[in-house]
Amino acid sequence: MEILKQISEALQKGDDESVFELTRVAIAQNLSPKDILDNGLIAGMNIIGEQFKKHEIFLPEVLLAAKAMYAGMDQLKPLLIKEGIESLGKIVIGTVHGDLHDIGKNLVGIMLKGAGFEVIDLGKDVTAEKFVETAHKENAKVIGMSALLTTTMPVMSKVTELLKEEKLNGKIKTIVGGAPLSEEFAHSIGADAYAYDAAKAVECVKLLMEE
Amino acid sequence: MKPILERLKNGEILVADGAIGTMLIKKGLKPGDCPDAISLTKPEILKEIAQQYFDAGAEIIQTNTFGASPMKLADYGLEDKTEQINAIAVSCVRKIVGDQAYVSGSCGPSGKILKPYGDAEPNEMYHGFERQMKALIEAGADIICVETMTDLAEAILAVKAAKAVSPQTPLMATMTFDETPKGFYTIMGVSIEDAAAGLQKAGADIIGSNCGNGIENMIKIAKKFKKFSDVPIVIQSNAGKPETIGSELIYPETPEFFAEKTPELIEAGVSIIGGCCGTTPEYIRAIRNVVD
Repeated sequence: MEILKQISEALQKGDDESVFELTRVAIAQNLSPKDILDNGLIAGMNIIGEQFKKHEIFLPEVLLAAKAMYAGMDQLKPLLIKEGIESLGKIVIGTVHGDLHDIGKNLVGIMLKGAGFEVIDLGKDVTAEKFVETAHKENAKVIGMSALLTTTMPVMSKVTELLKEEKLNGKIKTIVGGAPLSEEFAHSIGADAYAYDAAKAVECVKLLMEE
Repeated sequence: MKPILERLKNGEILVADGAIGTMLIKKGLKPGDCPDAISLTKPEILKEIAQQYFDAGAEIIQTNTFGASPMKLADYGLEDKTEQINAIAVSCVRKIVGDQAYVSGSCGPSGKILKPYGDAEPNEMYHGFERQMKALIEAGADIICVETMTDLAEAILAVKAAKAVSPQTPLMATMTFDETPKGFYTIMGVSIEDAAAGLQKAGADIIGSNCGNGIENMIKIAKKFKKFSDVPIVIQSNAGKPETIGSELIYPETPEFFAEKTPELIEAGVSIIGGCCGTTPEYIRAIRNVVD
């Protein structure tokens, strides 16, 4: 559909007003909300994610594209709920306790929302208990944790331990990221995935949700 | 002490200090603590660190005020202490170095993203920086160092704020670049050419780069800065891209490696050489020996 392509292109340009208007028109044309979401908004956000990963664009372009995405998403949300269409899955994210760095985590949140996941962002300085409690209560399938300080990384292992204690490991998957982390660290604490950047985080979460 | 800009003009190479954050952690800074609040809780630690860098031969010693703008302190509910935190940090370094080294008032990013990409109002951010600059300069900082910036618009606000408070106080401004297939850019997409032009136009007296991914990239960055600058260049490299071994963070580059690479920085035209994350007084001593 031509209009979906236009939505994707306007989103990539970060043109929130056009995305709002085009989404409105697409809804008026009786296109299914799921189609508009998948082939308009998410298709555009996927291209942005790829370009960011390849350093073809930088953070400002991603932030503007995300704003444009919300301009379309806000109109689609009530329709998606009415049609009983579920999101791709719920994920709880946050920067771990003791860490107040949240630009990386925010970026991951934007990209995950852009990919169609329902994101519960607990913000920064989040305790292990809070991660597990929220994920359990909200029926989230994945917990995503970010740290920029090496000193805060132990909170991540506390989350994986808590999940084990409460026999939730396997039901609730974990993914970790942040500058000082590595695949080895993720493995050593029993996390289910490690992502070195926001685009990789989206790929990993998709796989974790399917498992 | 001769004015710093005069010495640089005469072609002198000056040595700056290394990391503070990683030193604070070694001295017991706990996760979740505000690093800048050490001014209020354990100022003696700030003197110890300044002493170590001074003894290693640094002539420019930074204050522990990287996150002491009211915008950042608000994360800890400490914005009302902005003046006190900055003033104590300056006086701690001053007590150690006297007039034998320059006290450099550090100012890092606000942690907020400016409109239209984020929600921060430029005017509010400017006044926040102005408040920190006023505190640093009134406490007697010899030079201001705006550092680790990735957004040029934000860096310019900080530079202008400092120059509005005190036009005669020298100012260094550094940004942090990543290597991309298209060359070096900050995560906000600022090129070295744009950074050099923007920072000089805003009034910075010394410009360059800090942090990053190791000293070899810094040599390339320095050459590029030199090409686009009429003012002296400062480089403060971290000790390579950190690797985690177990739960410990290891910076791969050694003081010896820094010593080996320092001549290349000098050759590239760098006037002030220091360290960033992962560097310790050992690295500074190694640079000092080469410069001498």
